[in-house]
Amino acid sequence: MAISAESAQRAGARQDATTRPGAGAGAGTRSETRGGADAASGDGAAERTRAHDAGESGAAPVISVRGATATLGSRSVLRGIDFHVRSGEVVALLGANGSGKSTAVRSVIGQIPLTAGEISLFSTPLRRFRDWSRVGYVPQRTTAESGVPATVREVVSAGRLSRTRLGWPTKADRAAVGRAIELVGLADRAKDSVSALSGGQHQRVLIARALAAEPELLIMDEPMAGVDLASQEILAATLREQVAAGTTVLLVLHELGPLEPLIDRAVVLRDGCVTHDGPPPRAVGQHALPGHDHVHPHAAGEPLRTGLLT
Amino acid sequence: MEILQTAFMQRALLAAVLVGITAPAVGIYLVQRRQALMGDGIGHVAMTGVGLGFLLSASPVWMATLVSVAGAITMELIRAHGRTRGDIALAMLFYGGMAGGVLLINLAPNGSNANLSSYLFGSLSTVSPADVTAISLLAAFVVLVTVGLRRQLFAVSQDEEFARVTGLPVRALNLLIAVTAAVTVTVAMRVVGLLLVSALMVVPVAAAQQVSRSFVVTFVLAVVIGTAVTLAGTVTSYYQDVPPGATIVLLAIAVFVVLTVLAAPLARRRARTARDTEAELDTEAELPGEREPATTTATTATTGTGATT
Repeated sequence: MAISAESAQRAGARQDATTRPGAGAGAGTRSETRGGADAASGDGAAERTRAHDAGESGAAPVISVRGATATLGSRSVLRGIDFHVRSGEVVALLGANGSGKSTAVRSVIGQIPLTAGEISLFSTPLRRFRDWSRVGYVPQRTTAESGVPATVREVVSAGRLSRTRLGWPTKADRAAVGRAIELVGLADRAKDSVSALSGGQHQRVLIARALAAEPELLIMDEPMAGVDLASQEILAATLREQVAAGTTVLLVLHELGPLEPLIDRAVVLRDGCVTHDGPPPRAVGQHALPGHDHVHPHAAGEPLRTGLLT
Repeated sequence: MEILQTAFMQRALLAAVLVGITAPAVGIYLVQRRQALMGDGIGHVAMTGVGLGFLLSASPVWMATLVSVAGAITMELIRAHGRTRGDIALAMLFYGGMAGGVLLINLAPNGSNANLSSYLFGSLSTVSPADVTAISLLAAFVVLVTVGLRRQLFAVSQDEEFARVTGLPVRALNLLIAVTAAVTVTVAMRVVGLLLVSALMVVPVAAAQQVSRSFVVTFVLAVVIGTAVTLAGTVTSYYQDVPPGATIVLLAIAVFVVLTVLAAPLARRRARTARDTEAELDTEAELPGEREPATTTATTATTGTGATT
C-alpha cells in the first residue's frame, strides 16, 4: 500500500486537516471567517496566498498539466495547455463558452483522454493515480435527480464511496456524510427527496457529495451555474471554510462573481490555449463600479431559472 | 389450504415469489439509469438460448441464461462506447435473437412453436423440480448482488461520471448490472414469459416511486409489490382459468394506477411545501438589489437564509 508515502506527504501540507470537521460545524467560526473575507476583499486573498507559500516551501503541485492536447470528435478542444495548482491554492479556470475550460477539468479527473501531454495529481501520473478519496469532484449538472427517487442523504452518501469502496459504511462514514450535509446547510432537508429541491439546493447537494469524502482537492465545474442568490452565498461560505482548512480548489467559472475574494489565481483559456495565468483579471466597465457586489445582477433572473429546473 | 397440497402448485408459488423479489430488485437500477426497456431486449435475445436448449437437448433455462448474459454484455458494451448508431445495433441484437430462437426451435427434433410459446408467455404449471433448482440458485445470485452492492450500484446508476471519479470499478459494476438483469430474465421467463418479463422489472418500481421519497423505500416497496402481485396472480390462475403471466402483469399495472391516484394529493402537498420554501428564498434573494454597500448585503442575505435553512 502507498499509505505511508502518502501520509508523509500529507502531513506537511495539511496540519490543520484533523481539526476541520469541528471547525466546519461551529456557526461562530463560520461567521468569523466570512466577516474577515468580506472586509478584506482583495487583501484577504493575498494574505492567504502568503500563508500557503510559507507552509509549502517548494512542495510538488497538487495538479500539474503539461502540454495537454485533447480532441472531441474531430475538433481539437485543448491545444497544448500548461498550468498547475499548488497545495492550498484556489485557482479559477475562466473563459468563454467553448474555450475548453470544462474539457480541461474533465481531463484532469481522467474523464477525457489526452491525445498528447501529461497530467499528474498529487505527483502521480493520472494513469497510475488510484487515491481518489483525496479528490472531490462536482460535475457540471443542473440536477441531482435520476430515474428513481432518492433523498439528499442517499445522494451525498455516494460521495463517501471513494473511501468505503466495495465495503459497508462505518459509523464514521455516516458521520462524515452528516457533516457534509450540514456544511451546505441542508441538514433539515436530509431526508427529503432531491426532486423537491430548488436548482441552487441541487448544486449544494452535489457539493456536499464531493465533500463527503473529506477531500484535499476540490474540482468544481461551474458550481454557480443556475444557483439562486441564497445558495450562492451558502456555497461561497462553505468554500471559504474548506479553503481556510487548507483544501486546494480548482474551479471552472463563467465569471468570478461572489467567489472573487477567495480566488488566488486565474487561468484564462481561449480557443483551447492559456491566455492568462496570474492574479484574477480586474473587473471592467459596470462590474468595476464601487459598491458592485457581483451578485445582484442574478437576483431577478435566478428564481425564474430555478423554477424551470424543478 | 388445498392450493398448497399439490407439488406443482408448490413449485409454481415458489417460482412466483422468487420472480416477484428479483425482477423489481434489478429493475430499480434499470429504471434509475433510464434503461427501463433493457429487460425487454434481453428477453428477445434469451429466445435464442431457449431454441439452443431444445436443439442440443440441454436445459432451456441454463442455455437461455448463457445466451442472455452474452446478449446483455454486448448491449452494455454498445451503450458504454456510445456508438452513434447504437440503437440500430441494439435492434439487430433484439430481432436477431428472436428470429434465432424461432429458427432453432423448429430445427430441434422435438421442438415446435408450441414449446416456444410456454417460454414467451410463461407456463407456471409445467415448472419442473430441475427448473426450481435453477431458478432458486439464479435468484440467490440476483438478491446477493442487488442488495449487497446497493450503494455502489446506486452511485453508478445515479451519476456514472461521478462514480468513476470516486475510483469505483464502474465498468465492472455496469457489466454486473447487465449480467444480473439477464439472469433475472431467465428466472422470470417460466413465470411471466419472456415477452412480459420487462413489465415485472419496471411496473412495481414505477408504482413504488409514486409514494416514496427515498431509494431504499422505493426498493423495499417495489419488492413487496412484486411479490404480492406474482403470488396473487398465481393463486388467481389456480382458481380461475386465466394465464398467470398476463394476470400478474395486469395486477401490477392496477397497483400502479391505485397508488398514482392515492399519491396525487400527497404530491400536491409536497409541491406546495417546496414552493413555499422557495418563495421565502426568493424574497430574501431580492433584498441585496435594493441595498447599496456590498459587504452589508452579503451578510444580510446569508443571515437571512440561515434562519430558513
